[in-house]
Amino acid sequence: MPTVTFVQSTGESIEVAVAEGTSLMRAAVTNGIDGIVGECGGQAMCATCHVFVRPEYAGALPPVSDDEDEMLDCTTSERTEASRLGCQVKVSAELPSIVVDVPADQV
Amino acid sequence: MDSTAAHEPVVIIGGGQAGIQVADSLRAEGFAGSITIVNDEPGNPYQRPPLSKDYLAVDAPAEPLPLRGAEFFADKDIVLLQDTSAAAVDTVARRVTLSDGNTLAYGHLVFATGATNRALPCPGASLPGVHALRSLSDAEALQEALAEARNVVVIGAGFIGLEFAAGARARGLRVTVLEFAPRPMGRALSSTMSDWFTARHLADGIDLRLNEGVAAIHEDGAGLSVESTTGARYAADLVLYGVGVTPRTELAESAGLPLENGIVVDQSLRTSVEGVLAVGDCASFPNIHTGARTRLESVQNATDQGRHAARSILGASAPYTDTPWFWSTQGPIRLQIAGISAPGDHPVLLGDPSGGKFSIALLRAGVLAAVESVNAPADHISARKIVGLGLVVSPEALTAPGFNLKAFAKEALATPA
Ligand SMILES: Cc1cc2nc3c(=O)[nH]c(=O)nc-3n(C[C@H](O)[C@H](O)[C@H](O)COP(=O)(O)OP(=O)(O)OC[C@H]3O[C@@H](n4cnc5c(N)ncnc54)[C@H](O)[C@@H]3O)c2cc1C
Ligand code: FES
Repeated sequence: MPTVTFVQSTGESIEVAVAEGTSLMRAAVTNGIDGIVGECGGQAMCATCHVFVRPEYAGALPPVSDDEDEMLDCTTSERTEASRLGCQVKVSAELPSIVVDVPADQV
Repeated sequence: MDSTAAHEPVVIIGGGQAGIQVADSLRAEGFAGSITIVNDEPGNPYQRPPLSKDYLAVDAPAEPLPLRGAEFFADKDIVLLQDTSAAAVDTVARRVTLSDGNTLAYGHLVFATGATNRALPCPGASLPGVHALRSLSDAEALQEALAEARNVVVIGAGFIGLEFAAGARARGLRVTVLEFAPRPMGRALSSTMSDWFTARHLADGIDLRLNEGVAAIHEDGAGLSVESTTGARYAADLVLYGVGVTPRTELAESAGLPLENGIVVDQSLRTSVEGVLAVGDCASFPNIHTGARTRLESVQNATDQGRHAARSILGASAPYTDTPWFWSTQGPIRLQIAGISAPGDHPVLLGDPSGGKFSIALLRAGVLAAVESVNAPADHISARKIVGLGLVVSPEALTAPGFNLKAFAKEALATPA
């Protein structure tokens, strides 16, 4: 099973295993990861699932869509090059493990 | 926080979006007393919006999206009673009686009972194959029915009806939508925007029939057929109706709480009965954005009111003024609304509808009252920041060459009125 590691701004790190095709947002919400809200249920509408993807995994990610790009400009914690919406990134055979940082503020 | 509020037990009736948020926010704000959520649905509380969207797709996730992770309740020391309903409330003794006969004493009681689907008022409404959509069990039944269906008839072109129609269409099914009113989503959207949706759904192959209501549903051995008010008949093996909702207020009513299209609360979300509050779909509150008592059905309203009610319980008395926002996804169309429009608002088009990415700004007496956006999230987020500031703006300013809402919002926020 693919794994996702969420690293909090406090340094605490939690690894969860999820089925292929699961989004980072769903992985976080299902496993009760603090700081990822997912208020719109994964529709790229709320920007409360913002994560920073560690650079070594960036190459395996799907590209940022125009809608995601616009929403990322509106996140509560400032956007960086590593920013993604967790609901738009799914784990898969191509992305069997990933490490992301959770922003300090989400709403 | 005053010392009594810090410890008296809080009971929340309803484990939906609003009720769970109250519990979460109470703990986040440092409340140390006991918190019990009474929920009549089985299982872990889940998010409703995906039920009419992702959850109906062919490759739907196996599980609903939880509102909080499974360990949340234990971690935060919140008691969640599942499959248990609150059956009676004694507001003098401050006690709730549950369906299992147990009672719970409260210092504060929060009604977060949500809403229930309005029944379809026509013959045949309870035939097998006729569905409504509100709960996970409804969505599971629909998921199963969709796998077999070829002809789908949707009654009611509101948000849920059209989201479902778009989902069924994306699965390649034949979809007819009957709407009694002259335009879809008529209560919530400007006519300019709902007309755009009509054209778009027709172009996507949804047979959207306006000014045509349902007269009866028949079962004739071969399957269902839906008879419309024009006398037409539509064969169906699956009928979904979404004809509005009513707030769940029976319990509040029997407890003697004042009602007015929902449980009446003040600006702090308190009812007139000491220690009793109401939030979310079931609450009727004084809304500064409409200037009237209003009941809203949205995730934004449920979560923001949940946060606000928690602070009210802890002694704050600030008025609830959060800007309403809403979204709906209908197939590839992503609609976002900031603020609340009203009939008679002056619409100003921003961007190009033919490109499928645009917004409509709605001006009321010169003030920017609401913005409806299609596939234009930057417009929406900008609007969310500025609707509510009461900005006076002319149509000419909005349509000037080079205008965009994002820059406008930036400037408006830098120079407060
Ligand atoms: C299919 C669907 C799609 C939606 N899509 C969107 C969308 O895209 N965007 C958006 O903003 N909003 C959407 N909504 C609306 C949004 O989900 C609601 O506004 C929100 O859930 C309201 O939260 P609530 O807590 O007030 O009520 P609910 O979430 O309905 O929760 C109320 C809970 O209380 C329980 N309850 C009631 N009475 C009792 C009792 N006496 N004892 C115990 N438990 C009780 C109910 O069973 C229910 O579980 C959608 C709703 C549905 C049904
Ligand atoms: S869950 Fe709302 S943007 Fe990702």
